[in-house]
Amino acid sequence: MIAEVESLTPVFAILCPAIASILIILFGKWPNIRECWTMLAGILQFLIVISMVPVILDGNIITCTFFTALPNVEFGFSVDAFGLVFAITSSFLWILVSSYSIGYMRSLHEHAQTRYYFCFAWAIFGAVGIALSGNLLTMFIFYEILTVSTYPLVAHDQTPEALFAGRKYLAYLLTAGVFFLAAMIITYHISGTTDFVNGGIPNLAAEASRAVLVVLFMLFLLGFMKAAWMPFHSWLPTAMAAPTPVSALLHAVAVVKAGVFGIIRVVCYIFGVDLMHELGLGLLLISIAIFTLIVANLFALAQDNLKKRLAYSTINQLSLVIFGAALLTHDGIEGAMIHIPFHAFMKITLFMCAGAIMVASGKKNISDMAGIGRVMPVTLIAFTIGALGMCALPPTAGYLSHHLLVHGCIEAGGAISYFPYILLIVAILDVMYFFPIIYIAFFKKPEGGSKLKEAPIFMLVPIVITATCSIIFYLYPDLFYMSDLVETAMTSLNIGGGVHP
Amino acid sequence: MLSVEHLPVLVVVISMLSSLTILIAGWLNKKSCCFIAFATILIQFIMSLFILQHVTTEGTIIYWLGGWSPPWGIEYVVDALNAYVLVLLLFLALVCVTYSKRSIEHELPRQIVSFYVLFQLLITGLCGITLTGDIFNMYVFIEVTSLSAYALIASRGKIALKASFTYLVLGAIGACFFLLGIGFLYAITGTLNIHDLSLILPSYYDNRAVQAAFVFFTVGLSIKMALFPLHVWLPDAHSFAPSEISALLSGIIIEVSTYAFIRISFSVYTVDFITRYVPIFDFICWLSAIGIIVGSVLAIAQYNLKRMLAYSSVSQMGYIMLAVGLSTSTHSPLWGGLNPALMHIVNHALMKGCLFLVAGAFIYKAELWDIADLKGLARKMPYTCFGFTLAAISMIGVPPSVGFVSKVYIIFASLDAASAGHPAYIVFVAVLLFSTLLNLVYFWRVVETLYMKGEDIHSESVKRDELPLSMLIPVLILAALCIIVGIFWLIEMPLPVFDQINELFHLGAYATS
Repeated sequence: MIAEVESLTPVFAILCPAIASILIILFGKWPNIRECWTMLAGILQFLIVISMVPVILDGNIITCTFFTALPNVEFGFSVDAFGLVFAITSSFLWILVSSYSIGYMRSLHEHAQTRYYFCFAWAIFGAVGIALSGNLLTMFIFYEILTVSTYPLVAHDQTPEALFAGRKYLAYLLTAGVFFLAAMIITYHISGTTDFVNGGIPNLAAEASRAVLVVLFMLFLLGFMKAAWMPFHSWLPTAMAAPTPVSALLHAVAVVKAGVFGIIRVVCYIFGVDLMHELGLGLLLISIAIFTLIVANLFALAQDNLKKRLAYSTINQLSLVIFGAALLTHDGIEGAMIHIPFHAFMKITLFMCAGAIMVASGKKNISDMAGIGRVMPVTLIAFTIGALGMCALPPTAGYLSHHLLVHGCIEAGGAISYFPYILLIVAILDVMYFFPIIYIAFFKKPEGGSKLKEAPIFMLVPIVITATCSIIFYLYPDLFYMSDLVETAMTSLNIGGGVHP
Repeated sequence: MLSVEHLPVLVVVISMLSSLTILIAGWLNKKSCCFIAFATILIQFIMSLFILQHVTTEGTIIYWLGGWSPPWGIEYVVDALNAYVLVLLLFLALVCVTYSKRSIEHELPRQIVSFYVLFQLLITGLCGITLTGDIFNMYVFIEVTSLSAYALIASRGKIALKASFTYLVLGAIGACFFLLGIGFLYAITGTLNIHDLSLILPSYYDNRAVQAAFVFFTVGLSIKMALFPLHVWLPDAHSFAPSEISALLSGIIIEVSTYAFIRISFSVYTVDFITRYVPIFDFICWLSAIGIIVGSVLAIAQYNLKRMLAYSSVSQMGYIMLAVGLSTSTHSPLWGGLNPALMHIVNHALMKGCLFLVAGAFIYKAELWDIADLKGLARKMPYTCFGFTLAAISMIGVPPSVGFVSKVYIIFASLDAASAGHPAYIVFVAVLLFSTLLNLVYFWRVVETLYMKGEDIHSESVKRDELPLSMLIPVLILAALCIIVGIFWLIEMPLPVFDQINELFHLGAYATS
């Protein structure tokens, strides 16, 4: 039996960035103090989030309710193991990215830095809020806050290109918000609740017809356009106009992961695996995922801009999470859940490396990066680790999650047990666009001299930490309690293996 | 000892006397006008709070003017609905009058006295409409309001004269329709008192004249509240008026007409009449839905900020009237009956009030009317622009702002009505959601211009050029309320006041059938 523990801890976790944002505005004229607040809030938030782990691992749920917005719909938090996985990931990476931002923004003498840190804090507020929320309404509120607060970050450069990116970003994601709202209202109208329940809302199937449920699921999918599934992905590559730390945290961790997080929430906690099977929605989701997996990689092959290539790689990897969820098997969903933090650590390494290269050498395109590995060895070694992870090669965390996904496919049985071959093809495509970068960087002759010129230390340290973490996860997946938390989540979901026909 | 029973009449009387006082005092000292108006409205506002408190705890206040008993004398009847609208009305007036001091000194330096005289008369009229329990008295106050509004809109001169004239012609037509309706009812029943009418009328519901009267009331008030397609006067009038008047016009004056419509529909007539004899609410729903979309689309086409806001008001009136139209077919204690409509009246007053005041601030600072001219203002006027952004976000309906709550409640009401016998109403859900996106298009364009455009983004030293405090504080109060009230709705619904109103009119959860 799951015990509910009333506690204010989730509120404190949320309050950290909110209070930090106010302090950031107040100390806008003193950059050192301003950035100090960001770092402090990040560390504090991470500690608060991690302090909830022991309670959760005992199989409890931490709840904190503020008020009842509608009958049976409370505004409040309900922290479970899966939510905590996302919360730990985003709050830990916020600390690193804050440090990275300091190096990046100062080296490039960026304008409007106070606005930048302010919005960044609110974006984390939104992301952690999504992770900790216990029902669709709360999630929706934070989801919209996340969208709005990231707009100034995407359009930060204020060039026509950046403004266009910002507009496109909002157009896609607030439209998605409308679909999410519609889905939420219909869910409430049908079942009278919007809580996330292990194994799905019980009376959902009884109260509505098949067609309504399928439409509802489609609305949810459209609502989670943040997951950048194709053909609704094009905001993500465009949003790469943002400064690199923004791309790193928001477009590898917070924003896009909020999307796939939401999809898993809907699959496992609103519809439930059994209902998904019954309606055949798993197949729908799996076809979307496979389409995206392959097409995104083909797009990635064609990109010369490093950040754009990484963006398409992100789209590809997000679909891997969707793919895992769509398998509707124990190992598949476990793989999907664990891939959220694993991919976050690896992809953020790659993005931060891209930014470091840009700061140190001013190069954005892969074709210009000949021999850059000799100039910036630390950065490029970290990049190689991240790239190995994307290609699912050991010794990186990516291998583990792919391993689980393959198990999930076999567990599902039937035609799906051949799907690992698709994953193999995808991984080969990954190799095809990541290894040339490594080759160009290390084995081509540099144009200028090969004098060492690394990025500032503020940027280098986070890169090294995330790259190291990506490897540690392979050896010890329980770093930050990740695998334990996912195990706990899976235990409470209680999905049997091999239920596919 | 002054008891609360006397307050309703005092609210109107001191307001009327104050407008005369302003005229005389202004003759001696121009500067005193604003203070007298402010003091009067503050007192009225405090009185209205007492009235609301009394009405919700003790019940309806009835006051006979001059001691003449109805139906011969005029009667003021204050129930939960009046009190609620009155508080909102005086709150917004208080905010606007605070804001007006500096802005009028700047914009209309020669007409300060006449401005405040008319302003106070406008408030008198509005209070009168909300408080009276006599249908002809209501007409008189509608005319008082409209006449002062015509003059205030015209006060800028030049093109504003044309706007004012259009409003005058259409307003007069609307008033005529209203008067015709009164005439018909008087011919049939021989009484003008609302309570009296509600007792006599049910036996005449078959009568064509009674039914025609209702249609006349509806058309007349639809012109006054700029319900699509009778909104043509609104964009000009709202964009050329001084900004505090625009804020009042959009924020409360058209809503007071909605109040009058609610009063006529449910107090003079009854739900029974509307659902069985003249089923006009269905039609109003569809008109409003079209209005929501058309208003937003036209707003997108505007390049003048105030004009854009005016078209947005057409769209927002659609929200309110859609909610009113749905009120007879919804039965939930939360979003049934008039709840969403009453909620959105407040919400729209806060949002649109704030937006118009900010638009006025740009005009005050640099005569900036067009959206394209607002480039990079966020660095010069950070607080003002922050206020605008909060209100714009509310208009788009980002949670937890007021716009979000109204949207959700009206959507629930539509779903409720759709599952209770009007399956076609499901369309309204789509309309409301789509209108969110349209709002996004035209409001974000402004926000983007304010924050993201401008040439000198890299120069660190942009000179702050913020509004004077007496203008900034009203803007920020309204902007903050856009969020605070939104959270308040989420926490506090269902409000006891709303319950009382629905009970009074047998709507929502109190429907009898």
